[in-house]
Amino acid sequence: MTRDPARTARALVLLAGGGVAAWLLVLNFGALLAVAWRAEGFTALRGADWAAVRFTLVQALWSAALSVLLAVPIARALARRRFVGRDALIMLMGAPFILPTLVAVLGLLAVFGRAGLVNQGLEGLGLARLNIFGLHGVVLAHVFYNLPLATRILLQGWAAIPAERFRLGASLGFGPRDTFRQLEWPMLRDLVPGAFLVIFLICLTSFSVALTMGGGPRATTVELAIYQAFRFDFDMGRAAMLALVQFGLCAGAGVLAWRVALPSGLGGGMDRPVLRFDTGAVCLRVWDGTLIVAGALFLLVPLALVVLRGAPHVTGLPPEVWQAAARSLLVALGATGVTLAMTLALAHAVLAVGPVRGAVLEWLGLAALAASPLVIGTGLYLLIRPLANPRDFALLVTMLVNAGMALPFALRLILPGLRDVMASQGRLADSLGLHGWARLRIVTLPRLRRPLGFAAGLTAALSMGDLGVIMLFAEREGATLPMQLYRLMTAYRLDDAAGAALVLLGASLALFWLFDRWGRGRAEA
Amino acid sequence: MLRLEDVTILQDDFSLRAGLEVARGARVAVIGPSGAGKSTLLGAVAGFVPVAQGRILWAGAEMTGQSPAMRPISVLFQDNNLFPHLSAFDNVALGLRPSLRLGVAERAQVAAALARVGLEGLGTRRPAQLSGGQQSRVALARVVLQGKPLVLLDEPFSALGPALKVEMLHLVAEICRETGATLLMVTHDIADARAIADQTILVADGVAEGPFETAQLLANPPEALRAYLG
Repeated sequence: MTRDPARTARALVLLAGGGVAAWLLVLNFGALLAVAWRAEGFTALRGADWAAVRFTLVQALWSAALSVLLAVPIARALARRRFVGRDALIMLMGAPFILPTLVAVLGLLAVFGRAGLVNQGLEGLGLARLNIFGLHGVVLAHVFYNLPLATRILLQGWAAIPAERFRLGASLGFGPRDTFRQLEWPMLRDLVPGAFLVIFLICLTSFSVALTMGGGPRATTVELAIYQAFRFDFDMGRAAMLALVQFGLCAGAGVLAWRVALPSGLGGGMDRPVLRFDTGAVCLRVWDGTLIVAGALFLLVPLALVVLRGAPHVTGLPPEVWQAAARSLLVALGATGVTLAMTLALAHAVLAVGPVRGAVLEWLGLAALAASPLVIGTGLYLLIRPLANPRDFALLVTMLVNAGMALPFALRLILPGLRDVMASQGRLADSLGLHGWARLRIVTLPRLRRPLGFAAGLTAALSMGDLGVIMLFAEREGATLPMQLYRLMTAYRLDDAAGAALVLLGASLALFWLFDRWGRGRAEA
Repeated sequence: MLRLEDVTILQDDFSLRAGLEVARGARVAVIGPSGAGKSTLLGAVAGFVPVAQGRILWAGAEMTGQSPAMRPISVLFQDNNLFPHLSAFDNVALGLRPSLRLGVAERAQVAAALARVGLEGLGTRRPAQLSGGQQSRVALARVVLQGKPLVLLDEPFSALGPALKVEMLHLVAEICRETGATLLMVTHDIADARAIADQTILVADGVAEGPFETAQLLANPPEALRAYLG
């Protein structure tokens, strides 16, 4: 009997998918085992460590609660108002997702920091200055990041309420209060727990925000404590213990999240303002307008300040910054390639193995949402150490961990598209004998161009701006751009830091824009 | 000759039995009430629907369990017969080379197939830039190019208007006559069967029977067909 290319292709898919699954197991669980194993005896946790656990939970709770609470009225205002720039504002709300943390931090410091706008204003009024460092600062930065995410998630919820319901409500004489109770509250009840959990999860693994906005031992997250135990105390036992604690926290939140459908906030479907009949009152208009303006200012002013303060210093930046930028670019592009390859392999495997095993594979792909980069980094460090000098692998490890972190988002974007392609054109491709590489090249990739471009843009921007694992590995030389920026900040070279922040911001946005642009490229029928 | 030997198809709580032979070069309609399993029968022959029991043979060689592309079959589905992002030329060329890497002679073959169905010069257009009838012709050009001995139609023209549909069916009949291909076509319209199919397979009550002479079958319909025809 002749060789059947369909079987060969299937075997390849299973092999590649299995490989990716195995690698994800190593990344998400193997690294933890390595930490537990090589810890040369655990060190009991001290009081400070428990304080870190408490602080991690408290800041994540506050951040998630505030983000969601503030997002409800803002999303409601955006959902029921039409104005020039609405689309741009909603698009901008997607930006913090690809905004490097340190850039956001610098922007927030320019507004709320010691010499920031707010404090200048307070001083002008003869009032006491605010101190941003500590719990306030961490929560503020997290809200800055996640308020837009929460708003987008809820806005999708509003967009999902059929316009006919609002019309029916109007014919029944619903006021704003009735509309809220009958139409909006049921939607919120479904979406808010998921939005809260997503943000809670994101904030649990907060590292760079805590590193820059936290104030000493009273405002340290577990993630940060791992880094400190590892880098400053060289106490592997304590780092391992903390890594286990962090894994426990994330796994716990992950299990909770598993029971609630997690919204993504990445998709479209938010561009359709519904004609409303219950929102004409003047005080309502003023209220909505105030909320929208306040929300936009909260997002825009810090970013504008980063641009304004950075622009004069870009040309005078020292060469290390440009070298670091080049390294970051390489890492980002590498991570993008690896993420797309892993996502495609995994997505094909998910669809090839049937619903039950497919769900397990999909879960494995999404598990990285609850994974802690620092735990993975510590584990990989300990795995490499007996074989080679881990510092030589700083960039490679950073790239691989970034790829693992971006995988859940990429998978969520690409899997539904692939499912559609399979459903609508799988039979045709099968009957024509399109398998393997030819199928990928001729059918799958062209049809998936849009989500692929978007996923690539997200991954590249996330990786470009990531400050995490690299801090465990890198020495003086070999820093990425975010790490270089952090050094400039801690050395109080504020002009250079402002310039580097602008470069980092530009690079992240440009990467995202280029890939996304490519994905939108030729209008596919 | 296409042979279905004691074939049983099981899907959830649906089952279909078929034991029949179709002569080489025959043009056979598959009719029956909706939901009776006409498409399922075609799917089993084409290799998209697994067979629980029995064997399917073409010219004495078993093809049960072979993947669709390995079978000596061209198939046109109800929809999605073309890739919307590829040109008409590429859509046809896929019938020759799934890699789309074509030599000069092969490109000429593709052009000839397009010309055969009356689409000369339209190769660069995408499906969205073609009318419904032209889209059907692109798919048929691919069938011509594939030159497989067995052609299966699962109501690919059902979205076309009546006149256009008849035109397409006659084109299919012509093509099959030229290449000597055997035709199996699902239809819910008796007129289609009358127009081009000399024989008819009846699918009803979980059994596929036939083929019968179409004219005789319609003149003297059995119980199941009478109920369907009304």
